[in-house]
Amino acid sequence: MATSDPSVFLLTVNGQIEGADFPEYDNLYCKYCFVYGHDWAQISGLEEGITQITCKGSQSSHKLIWNFPLETTFKSTNPSGWPQLVVSVYGPDVFGNDVVRGYGATHIPFTSGQHTKTVPMFVPEPTWRLQKFTSWLLGRRPEYTDPKVVAQGEGREVTRVRSQGFVSVSFHILTKDMKKLGYDTGPSSPVNNGSDASAWSTEEQTYRM
Amino acid sequence: MREPSQWVPMISRARQGDQGERERWLQQMRVSRLPGLIAGQVKWAEVARREDVAKRSLFIKILYNGKEVSRTDSRSLNTDFRVHFGQIFNLKIVNCPQSINLQVFEELGSSCSLLTQVFVPVPEPSVLTGSVLLEEFEFSSNQRVMFDHEGVGSDVPLSFEPDGSNKQTLLTSGKLSCCVSWGIGEDDVPLAPPVSQQPAGIHSGLGRLDAVTSIGASGLYDMKKIGEWATQSRLDPNDPKNASIMQLLKVARSGEVTAPDYFRLEQLQEEFNFVTDEELEGSKRFRLLRLRNQEVAEFRSYKCVPGLEREVSDKVFQEYEKRLKDGEIIDTKEHLDSHRALVAKYLQKIRESVINRFLLAKHHYLLSDLVIEEEIPSIGILGINLFKLAESKRPLKPQRKERKKVTAQNLSDGDIRLLVNIIRAYDIPVRRPHSNKPGQSTPSVIQGNDWLIGQVQVRPFVEVSFQRTVLQTTTADGPNPCWNEELQLPFSAPNGDYSIASLQSAKDEVFISIFDELVYETGVSDKDGGKSIHTRAEKHWLGSVKIPFSTIYSQSRIDGTFKVNTPSVLLGYSKERSHGTNGGYDMRSLSEGAFITVFITIEPQLVPGEPIREKFDSQEDEHLLQASERFERDAAQRYPDRPVITTVIDLNGKTVFITRYIRPLNPPQELLDAFPNNPQEATALVARFVSLIPSLPDRVSFSGVCDLWSTCDQFLTLLAGDEEEHAVLLCNYFLSMGKKTWLIIGTAIPEGPTAYVLTYEQSRYLIWNPSSGQYYGQYDTFCPLQTVGCLVNADNVWLNVQQYTAPMRISFDTTKANLWKPFFSRSFSHPGLSSVQQGELVYRRTDRAAAAELQDRIEKILKEKIMEWRPRQPTRWNRYCTTTLKQFLPKLELSGGRDVAEGHRHELQSLLGDNRIAGFPLHLPFSEIRPIVEAVHSTGVHNIQASNVEFALAVYVHPYPNNVLSVWVYLASLVRT
Repeated sequence: MATSDPSVFLLTVNGQIEGADFPEYDNLYCKYCFVYGHDWAQISGLEEGITQITCKGSQSSHKLIWNFPLETTFKSTNPSGWPQLVVSVYGPDVFGNDVVRGYGATHIPFTSGQHTKTVPMFVPEPTWRLQKFTSWLLGRRPEYTDPKVVAQGEGREVTRVRSQGFVSVSFHILTKDMKKLGYDTGPSSPVNNGSDASAWSTEEQTYRM
Repeated sequence: MREPSQWVPMISRARQGDQGERERWLQQMRVSRLPGLIAGQVKWAEVARREDVAKRSLFIKILYNGKEVSRTDSRSLNTDFRVHFGQIFNLKIVNCPQSINLQVFEELGSSCSLLTQVFVPVPEPSVLTGSVLLEEFEFSSNQRVMFDHEGVGSDVPLSFEPDGSNKQTLLTSGKLSCCVSWGIGEDDVPLAPPVSQQPAGIHSGLGRLDAVTSIGASGLYDMKKIGEWATQSRLDPNDPKNASIMQLLKVARSGEVTAPDYFRLEQLQEEFNFVTDEELEGSKRFRLLRLRNQEVAEFRSYKCVPGLEREVSDKVFQEYEKRLKDGEIIDTKEHLDSHRALVAKYLQKIRESVINRFLLAKHHYLLSDLVIEEEIPSIGILGINLFKLAESKRPLKPQRKERKKVTAQNLSDGDIRLLVNIIRAYDIPVRRPHSNKPGQSTPSVIQGNDWLIGQVQVRPFVEVSFQRTVLQTTTADGPNPCWNEELQLPFSAPNGDYSIASLQSAKDEVFISIFDELVYETGVSDKDGGKSIHTRAEKHWLGSVKIPFSTIYSQSRIDGTFKVNTPSVLLGYSKERSHGTNGGYDMRSLSEGAFITVFITIEPQLVPGEPIREKFDSQEDEHLLQASERFERDAAQRYPDRPVITTVIDLNGKTVFITRYIRPLNPPQELLDAFPNNPQEATALVARFVSLIPSLPDRVSFSGVCDLWSTCDQFLTLLAGDEEEHAVLLCNYFLSMGKKTWLIIGTAIPEGPTAYVLTYEQSRYLIWNPSSGQYYGQYDTFCPLQTVGCLVNADNVWLNVQQYTAPMRISFDTTKANLWKPFFSRSFSHPGLSSVQQGELVYRRTDRAAAAELQDRIEKILKEKIMEWRPRQPTRWNRYCTTTLKQFLPKLELSGGRDVAEGHRHELQSLLGDNRIAGFPLHLPFSEIRPIVEAVHSTGVHNIQASNVEFALAVYVHPYPNNVLSVWVYLASLVRT
């Protein structure tokens, strides 16, 4: 806003939504979006996306594979409101209506390097048993008003969910200037190749405020 | 220093001595029931007796300190009249024993009756398990028992002699053998309490005082109480178990420990503080983060708070600090009136405190806020759907259908449109033939010919303006036109913020104005052989209706017939009703003026904000609150469409019972003095005074969080309020004038749920609209009040339980319990609630000098605005006409706009004979300059294109007591002919 160029750190996320494990369902697709706090801004890459529909292979295990690439870069001044990846999986029910099969969220890893996350998924439950039947019949399962609800803690106590399935996501994380702002994201850095002066290295000379 | 929380465990340790005690009971009981036997031959009667005995069984309840702790199995009586239980009960006790009581019960089927009870002494500590013998306790009962078989029964005289002499009376009696002893622990230690603490003798009856029970758990933090307890219970100072308490008491008495009067929840908070408090206060970055977290307006959506302290510039806070400082400085430019500026600041403060109070409640969620779910179709809905299948596809009189609601957040500019359906109008003023000077005017006006034919009296069209978008309908003919047109106006939210709170606080108003279209011939040109006539259309404002957007938003649709706000004087037009062919409308004849039927809604349908879901604290009696909740709930169940209010929220956010608002209050004396001999005029003047206080819906001022009721003196200080505040004030004034008055809670168009005032005068009921000052008879069809939910006065609240809700179809006789259900009745009488209103209202004197100054300023601003709206043409002001108009306005104010119009018109006409003059006075309550400018703009007088037009503008501000101001703006255009 008014401030002129505050010093920022950068977080680059490369990776992919690899696939999902929903034993009961088939022909699923996945939507994703990022949720982040006030101090964050996405400076490149897609903010949200939608994958192809995939169905289970006959010979392989019962995994659904999307291999949908994620490539995005964030800049931020404060680590609070660290970005979260929100995924929601949809697929047709017996009548062919698209219904939601799961919501899930995971924080983007803090440390640089490669990470694989398995995100447990859940869907909101109908309030009444009769509603369960009618929602099945009409093909209108209960849905969150906004998938981003699953990334926030507020107001969740009023909902009831059923867990079903997993989505696995792999991340390759790069950070820049974190140490410059005084944040140490931990020991996952392997060896400091000191000769490399690239600003994209994980290690920086510590900066004291 | 010891924290209170640290010595709590010590006390509980001191009590653990008792817990170790264990009592072991051995019980073997033999009960024999002596009566009931006469041995003899087994006759059939004896068989019956034996069968009866076999049906009965006995069991024993064990009561420790008067509480049942255990019971034996139920056994039946043996033939030797014994019952053998043979059960041992182990009892771990916490309280010191006071009594052990055994109750013998007889069970017959599922019913059981107490035969007798036996008190067993508490054993000495030396009496231990294994070393006791069974003791026998005799018992007897004098209950009378009679049998219809041969059994003897009890307390029944009987004789063993054949002749019936020597009668004896036998009672139920027997022996119970049992033993009670103390148990032995694993290490052969008796589990009996120490001898010294036995309750024997000294503290008999009291038992040993337990710290928690004697002073209460909260008292444990109070040193004094602990000291008292210690002396009372004669705590042994030498007992090592008591050492820590004695130590504490000693320290406390010497004054070294002062127990803090708070309880520290987070003792370790300091350990976890990452910076000191001073650093936290001093840091600009932390301050910025904190302000954003508190959702302070300036910082709520602040992006990218710098990570480094030095990058936070001081400029960030400038605006915020300026606002904080500005609290005291009054901005006179916007408000023109220093008092109103002060009030605006005060209102702002109240608003902030109220909003802060509700910030928490905003974070409460319902399932429907988070999850979209299909409703279960109920039988009723299914039935209706089935019924719909049979319905004709295109019915002759189609009904409006409910639309799907859209939550406001995912909207953007241009998505929302306002649909205005202009249907018809009645009794529009008609043009007055220039009868006094017919020769001059008719040749130039085309419609002059029509007069001769006698057809066109007026050619009205409707113009709807909203947020400076102006749309108009086609032109219709005659004073009762029918347009049936739909106009769509775009809506853009303030600052592009489409949240519910922001939509609710939108202050924009929809102006629906009726104009008359006049066509003048300007000249005839003879080009290319063909003759073409040049005409110029002019539009004359006839009246308007204004509806605030917030009302449309909260009602989601407005459908009805409204009274058009016509000026009291309309030059060139007459308001005489065309008593023509259609004489069937007799019902309307009661009310004067023009009416327009419209339907307004928002597309897509937006979800109006919900009332706050929070209980407010209250000083009312709990019973009263419960009763009012019950009353409202019952009413909502039985009559869902009737608004009922029994409790309201005052400006401090407290729940107050509604009758407390009603109390006779003195109106300003000047108003009463104005018509000493005419009470009717005085009443109208008082109503006019109340209506001159500007309206400001609570949902605008408090962004829809709730409906607050201010008291009359608060209302008069704020000089702004809802319909409810107007109604309460008017009701209180009427009460002090000696009228029978009630407050009506109901619904009206266009306001929706609102409050009106009902008076009973000369054996008829009058309904007063407090925000317009107008009154209607009970049987007036154009009364804006549609539904009557309940009536309120100082003593009671009555719920309308009649079949109908429309004022003209109900009876207002509240004494009839089958028509009006009272809140306070004989079963729940009025507890004598005192009023929240102050006894007497104090009014500030009218300030004529300030009014005159304000008048000049408004005039100046309006003149500037009109010139600004006419950027192409020069705007000339006719001074002569202005002075005439100015002299006329005070007369209008005095007469309330009646009876003077005719004379005025003649006067003007004679003065400005050869000018075509069109004009009207506007009347408004004064709150700010903006509504006045908007009202003037909506009349469109400035749009006249004629080159030789001149304008006249006069402003008159009439001061009423307490700085209530009535503003008249007289606007006229003169075209020289």
